[in-house]
Amino acid sequence: MVHVRNRTIVMSEPVFLPAGDTALVVQFGEAVDAVVNRQVRHVAAKLRELSLGGIVDIVPTIRSLMVHYDPLVTRSSELQSAISEILHHQHEGEDGYRLWSIPVCYEGDCAPDLDSVARDMNLAPAEVVRGHTADPQEILMMGFLPGFPYLGLLPEDFDVPRRFEPRVKVPARSISIAVRQTTIYTVESPGGWHLIGRTPIEFFDPKREAPILVAAGDRIHFQPVSFADYEVLRKDVEAGEYVPVVEDIAPGESA
Amino acid sequence: MSGLRVIQAGFAPTLQDFGRPAYQNRGVPVSGALDPVSLRIGNALVGNDGGTAAIEFRMIGPVLEVIAESVRVALVGTRAGIVVEAGERVELPSYQSVTLKRGHRLSVNPVTDSGAAYLCVEGGFDLPAAFDSLSTYGRSQIGGFQGRALKDGDELPLCLNEVPERGELRLENPVYLDAGGPVRVVFGPQRDYFTDESAAAFLTNEYKISREADRMGMRLEGPALEHARGYNITSDGIVTGAIQVPGNGLPIILLADHQTTGGYPKIGTVISADIPRLGRLKPGDTLSFTEISVAEAEEARREQEKEIKRLISSLSPAAAWLDEAALYRENLISGVVHNEQTG
Repeated sequence: MVHVRNRTIVMSEPVFLPAGDTALVVQFGEAVDAVVNRQVRHVAAKLRELSLGGIVDIVPTIRSLMVHYDPLVTRSSELQSAISEILHHQHEGEDGYRLWSIPVCYEGDCAPDLDSVARDMNLAPAEVVRGHTADPQEILMMGFLPGFPYLGLLPEDFDVPRRFEPRVKVPARSISIAVRQTTIYTVESPGGWHLIGRTPIEFFDPKREAPILVAAGDRIHFQPVSFADYEVLRKDVEAGEYVPVVEDIAPGESA
Repeated sequence: MSGLRVIQAGFAPTLQDFGRPAYQNRGVPVSGALDPVSLRIGNALVGNDGGTAAIEFRMIGPVLEVIAESVRVALVGTRAGIVVEAGERVELPSYQSVTLKRGHRLSVNPVTDSGAAYLCVEGGFDLPAAFDSLSTYGRSQIGGFQGRALKDGDELPLCLNEVPERGELRLENPVYLDAGGPVRVVFGPQRDYFTDESAAAFLTNEYKISREADRMGMRLEGPALEHARGYNITSDGIVTGAIQVPGNGLPIILLADHQTTGGYPKIGTVISADIPRLGRLKPGDTLSFTEISVAEAEEARREQEKEIKRLISSLSPAAAWLDEAALYRENLISGVVHNEQTG
């Protein structure tokens, strides 16, 4: 159990959970919560800055942090002491982030589930698109597949369960929604989320110098484009002539 | 082109090294050898760094033809023998380096004693790394040879076209292959999602590895575990060895190719010192579990490291197989003469 000296942080006290002898979990909460998620990523960034010996990787997830370590170099008990120090660190203002503008086609074959999920949400399809594109969404976590981001939290209307029947094949670059989150299927794969659009941008391309486009903490502002524009952009991407628009937002600044 | 030609791939062999542990934060699975201990010993036998990529396979190994001037290989992870065809057919034991010349073929006897065997090659493979590793992760088509398992006809480029002449090495007795007893587990991170009765049952019952076992994980058959707080959690991180328990209550131990995050509760984690042993298990094998603390698990790993280093420093000279064959013929002749004299 961690003792947070400053009680002004409005959240449950983080706890350490064991995950064998090569990883350690710092759990900030059990449910999906934007504030908890930011705290996770803040502590992950602070821990990265420390460059402690023996840490192999730091994986922020929606409500906890997994610290992978080499037990031949360090020990769980040592890491817990070091992390406890960071947990006391006051989280002031907003961390900086990268802001991506990502074109999405929300029409026709690109959006096979838009009408049905709009019905589930008691909204018109155009209102679903508006909700999805209104504000930049934060990458809460990376997982499932290389370069695969989970973003949120979308407006409360988007609190819909996953599809009853998961699809065996979700087309690559599909944009999906469920449980107030949105994801981008980096490659064709099985999936249970509602498909409401498709982007021409590759979020994972093993042939690219930097195969993975985004990281946890980045934000994505989805930009609706027509199917005709989508096709033009897609050709540009395939020809290697499209550079995604990204902006560095400094700490405390807003986009 | 010089290297190794795959005449028959066998059962979907892949190239594996120590994997890519530093990219889990971007959703990239670690992958890597299911049995990193055997990989290290095999690499030591051919003079490589421990983490040099090797061919990992199970059950039926590949048939390879040498299309370089010479290669030095070693088979590890099994007590099955290696078969060399060089005009004559010679069977040699595993855990021994063997030098082959251009045109020689090598194959492996059926591997029935292990779920992961390795063919290590001196100098390693001349292939591009993906995220700092040559490990194949087929699901995303990264690493290894064109991001996939080997197929008939593939030509694998090697870093060395010719290996230096020197004595061969062997490991006299790979005792570590016989490691037995319960698999050691640290409870958590979600031990509290299970009833106390279930946690106790997990430690007292025997489980069998089902047919659904691959590089991603092994499903176990045995008494179902009872969830105390449902079987969905908000996704969190996964470490190799994590024992996740989905709705049907049957545990799945996650191995090298596991996803980096997941939403099923994990009752415990197999300790890192016992992961290589899990990697050598195969469908139908049985196992039981015992609980230890994190500190004990870390200590066990340190002890294992000493043992691996001891094994590697105990490698001893082995006779070169060509000499051995010649010697055998000589013995046979002299033996016959001897028999005639005494008979």
